[in-house]
Amino acid sequence: MKILLMGNPNVGKSVVFNRVTGTSVIASNYPGTTVEFTKGSIKLGDRRVEVIDVPGTYTLEPTCKAEQIAVEMLNENADGDVVINVVESTNLERSLNLTLQLLKRKIPTIVALNFWDETKHKGILIDDKKLEQILGVPCVPICAVTGEGVKQLVERVKEAKLSEYDYEDEERWHEVGRIVDQVQNITHRHHTWLERLGDASVRPLTGIPMAAMVMFLAFKVIRFIGEGLIGYVSEPLFEKLWMPVVMKLSAVMGSGGFLHNLVIGQLIDGEIDFGQSFGLLTTGLFVPIGAVLPYVFAFYVVLSFLEDLGFIPRLAVMVDTLMHKLGLHGFAIVPMLLGLGCNVPGALATRILETRREKFIAATLLSIAVPCAALQAMIVGLVGEHGLGYLAIIYGTLLAVWVLLGVIFNKTVKGESPEIFIEIPPYRIPYIRSLAKKIWIRIKWFLKEAIPFVLLGVFIVNILYTFGIIQFVGKITAPVVTRVLGLPQEAVGALIVGFLRKDVAVGMLVPLGLTIKQLVIASVVLAMYFPCVATFTTLVKELGVVDMLKSATIMIVSSLIVGGLLNLVLP
Amino acid sequence: MADTEAFIVSLVQMRPGQKGKIVEINGGYGLTQKLDTLGIGTGKEITKVSGQLMRGPVLLQHNNTQAAVGFGMASRIIVEVHGKDKK
Repeated sequence: MKILLMGNPNVGKSVVFNRVTGTSVIASNYPGTTVEFTKGSIKLGDRRVEVIDVPGTYTLEPTCKAEQIAVEMLNENADGDVVINVVESTNLERSLNLTLQLLKRKIPTIVALNFWDETKHKGILIDDKKLEQILGVPCVPICAVTGEGVKQLVERVKEAKLSEYDYEDEERWHEVGRIVDQVQNITHRHHTWLERLGDASVRPLTGIPMAAMVMFLAFKVIRFIGEGLIGYVSEPLFEKLWMPVVMKLSAVMGSGGFLHNLVIGQLIDGEIDFGQSFGLLTTGLFVPIGAVLPYVFAFYVVLSFLEDLGFIPRLAVMVDTLMHKLGLHGFAIVPMLLGLGCNVPGALATRILETRREKFIAATLLSIAVPCAALQAMIVGLVGEHGLGYLAIIYGTLLAVWVLLGVIFNKTVKGESPEIFIEIPPYRIPYIRSLAKKIWIRIKWFLKEAIPFVLLGVFIVNILYTFGIIQFVGKITAPVVTRVLGLPQEAVGALIVGFLRKDVAVGMLVPLGLTIKQLVIASVVLAMYFPCVATFTTLVKELGVVDMLKSATIMIVSSLIVGGLLNLVLP
Repeated sequence: MADTEAFIVSLVQMRPGQKGKIVEINGGYGLTQKLDTLGIGTGKEITKVSGQLMRGPVLLQHNNTQAAVGFGMASRIIVEVHGKDKK
């Protein structure tokens, strides 16, 4: 037996999933958060039953890949499976359209009337008993974020049954209208301040300044939290607590030799330098936890808040005109924003785009010009001390590349780019516990992904140096790396390791003693030249081998052109 | 607004905040289908929430559903509005 959680996009299926299974998936306030199904389980009586969080769909006639996955999940149902149809009570009419389609599939169904609390604020009265009578399946009011009613929902899963309800497909909306007239009563009420704010943020006159302000504040807050955590928490922890431990270990291991250098790294003037020593227990731990984690945390606090608030779709509307120039529409801002945290979820999010052309453009722009938080944290740490102006050159260059390449793609890539069409959810005050949970999921995911790869990266760096491979490749690639990019031969090591982890790659630049001009060029090239292996494998899956090859060629060529130009232009 | 005249305009031409009833959707199957999934179709009452500058998307509301549709799509959604002037 399986339980499928199905419903329109953004009705809170993932929140219900987290509630009933106790496992954790990302839930946000915009349609299309879930683009893949997630499995969990629940105890019903003395049986363990699988629960599946299915991507949202408006209809069982799919119009995009996420919806297609949803319909396939439904088609694969076996005997004894149950559908929990999650419904947005504040939007009963639209939700019931899918409910009626589901009932026709003759699978035991139970309806969860989510956002029950919000109906009261909005002056909507729904007779859930009557709805249950009409549909012929259990209808349970719930509020998934707070957990109200979820227990009753789980208890009543066993009552899920086939519906006798029958109708003509062409008459579906009439049927929906008829049902809504019988069970729903809307009383007059005033607009809430959240609704006024929502409206104001999509009017050009107020919306554009508001969007600009939000983005500006977002950057300020991220920098404040990130820098604060590094300065007051992570660096002191490493310097005061971890340093004595590894120094002792270094002495025990004889302060040198291959094994020592692998575990502890090179001593610099007899001391360990967490940035430069490049041992597994020094730089290998300091990069992901000491330098990158604070910024990753800061980024996800801000992003998660804006997601749950409902700001993202409104931003999509505001940037739609610009994105059209790049062959995309406004909603393609979602993969880009997620990519600023980590390119992997960014690449997965390209599924919300409909055509192959859009996916190709979005994925290529993402992996060329959208640096992940780990890379940014290292760049900010390394370049920032030379002045904000140099950081501005790096970000400015990447932004210019993003726009310019997009414009070129728009003119040259064949295929269609449809117009934007998205539902705009109401603003909702983020519920602090689900917000904290989401941030925690993302941090856990980062640590699980980052630490092994960073350690592997540090390990490989040591091997490469010990066997003289970096020096060897450096000689071969010297014409490109030194002539075109103006970097020292050893910098090629960073480009090799950058395929594994870009944050480690930036770390490798530290001992090279580069000039600030070289640092700027190396940062830009590292961001652009190729995705890291995690992103690469995701992109191959999402784009297919052919498109990925094209995309990769564009990445390499454009990074050389841009790096070469910077080498010519910068003083 | 009893004695006011009825006008036929596209969604693009409506004023922000103006209400109207959809009389025709001049799009292909795709547009009709997409709107249908949100419960928006011929005969439905809608409110235009806002329109963006430079042929940007138009926001419309039907019941508690708000949606943003591209300019091209919006110009193919034909609405009957009541008012003293067309715009």
